[in-house]
Amino acid sequence: MEAPKPKLKLAVYWGAACGGCCVSVLDVHEKLFDVVASADFEFWPIAMDIKYKDIEEMADDHLDITLFNGAIRNSENEHMAKLLRKKSRLLVAYGSCSHLGGIPGLANFSNRDEIFRRVYEESESTVNPEKTRPLSEFSVREGLLEIPEFYNDVRSLSQVTDVDYYIPGCPPQTDRLLEVFSAIAGGSGLPPKGSVIGAGKRAQCDECVRKKTENKKIKKFYRPWEITDDGESCFLEQGVICMGPATREGCGYRCIKGNAPCRGCYGPTPGVTDPGTKMMSAIASIIDEKEPDDISRVVDDIVDPAGLFYRFSLPVSLIRRKL
Amino acid sequence: MEFKPRIIAFLCKWCSYTGADLAGTSRMVYKSNVRIVKVMCSGRIEPTFVLKAFEQGADGVLVCGCHPGDCHYQEGNYRCLRRFILLQKYISQMGINKNRLRLEWISASEGKQFAELIDGFTETVSELGPCKAREILSVLS
Repeated sequence: MEAPKPKLKLAVYWGAACGGCCVSVLDVHEKLFDVVASADFEFWPIAMDIKYKDIEEMADDHLDITLFNGAIRNSENEHMAKLLRKKSRLLVAYGSCSHLGGIPGLANFSNRDEIFRRVYEESESTVNPEKTRPLSEFSVREGLLEIPEFYNDVRSLSQVTDVDYYIPGCPPQTDRLLEVFSAIAGGSGLPPKGSVIGAGKRAQCDECVRKKTENKKIKKFYRPWEITDDGESCFLEQGVICMGPATREGCGYRCIKGNAPCRGCYGPTPGVTDPGTKMMSAIASIIDEKEPDDISRVVDDIVDPAGLFYRFSLPVSLIRRKL
Repeated sequence: MEFKPRIIAFLCKWCSYTGADLAGTSRMVYKSNVRIVKVMCSGRIEPTFVLKAFEQGADGVLVCGCHPGDCHYQEGNYRCLRRFILLQKYISQMGINKNRLRLEWISASEGKQFAELIDGFTETVSELGPCKAREILSVLS
């Protein structure tokens, strides 16, 4: 009889994240037994007690796959990203934050000073007359205390280290993760390094079953709460901005099935330089006005274009922070 | 040192580039700060082109197409106009003065207007000073 295949060694780690990605891994439910039959979790802070030094002591490339979720907000995130890179054969950016910067990336509309001022001085519940701010090092009688340094910019994982694959989504669909996992465990051909896996290659609209016409003509945009969705026709045609045209398929258009427009968490379709500009082009194409004043009126319905078109992707866009 | 703005201009082949050509063949003198990129139609100018120009160090971006109603492809310049209005709003949000991005219609016979446009826009951008996009975006901190 053949010797059993050695088990894969897995790690899951989080940077600046909400925890949803880790929960999406737990969402494999009873299939977790299939996973642990062929793999061991060696490091996963949400589920296991393990220390930094245990990782540091591992040999290089000891881990087969690391799913890194969360953006890079501080020096601890960066240190762990680089350490796990060294210790892993495959480093996978798991979820929108590590793939594109994600929701934490919206902090790039502010800088460190503005964030500290708001949080430690101005917020309604703050009482801080001495204007104390966090320091990354502080000496006390017992010795030097250290906390990670808070960076000025939020970055995606690939902006600090080399990444093998990207699994998009906020959070990624658990079924997609299982497909990817079986592909890796089964040793079936992996796509070229740098590919987005666990998602399709077309746009959401190609997958979406809502009724659409070829010629969309919009004279007014509505925010979702300003209009009653008819439940069956294309959101854009109803005047509600849906990121579908500029977003990669693969999630099973779950937001749209839940009668909410797509927010764009699966990121841009293949070959797109900047995620938001594609959406700007699409929006400009469907505005049914020709006079500058009328166009401006329609554009003014879009209250926050930068936040809307780059909700998940500000740190990887061309103008990746507010100047 | 005197500030010499770098301006990228996207001109459509049918009207605006021909207008710029006319300014040249008529030996009109205009500011040399502009680098022209010829495209088939102003509707071809994707928002990516404009943002890339700013990211790579342009201090101003000029977009020119055929006058409304005169587009060689019927509708391209209207599409360009709508993109432009949306882009101006977006770049203001990102901290780039919206006057650094300008749209003008130049026909094939408007060489003089083109020369005056370049002089005027160069002046506007000179007054605004250097765009800090490239400098800020080149540092990840």
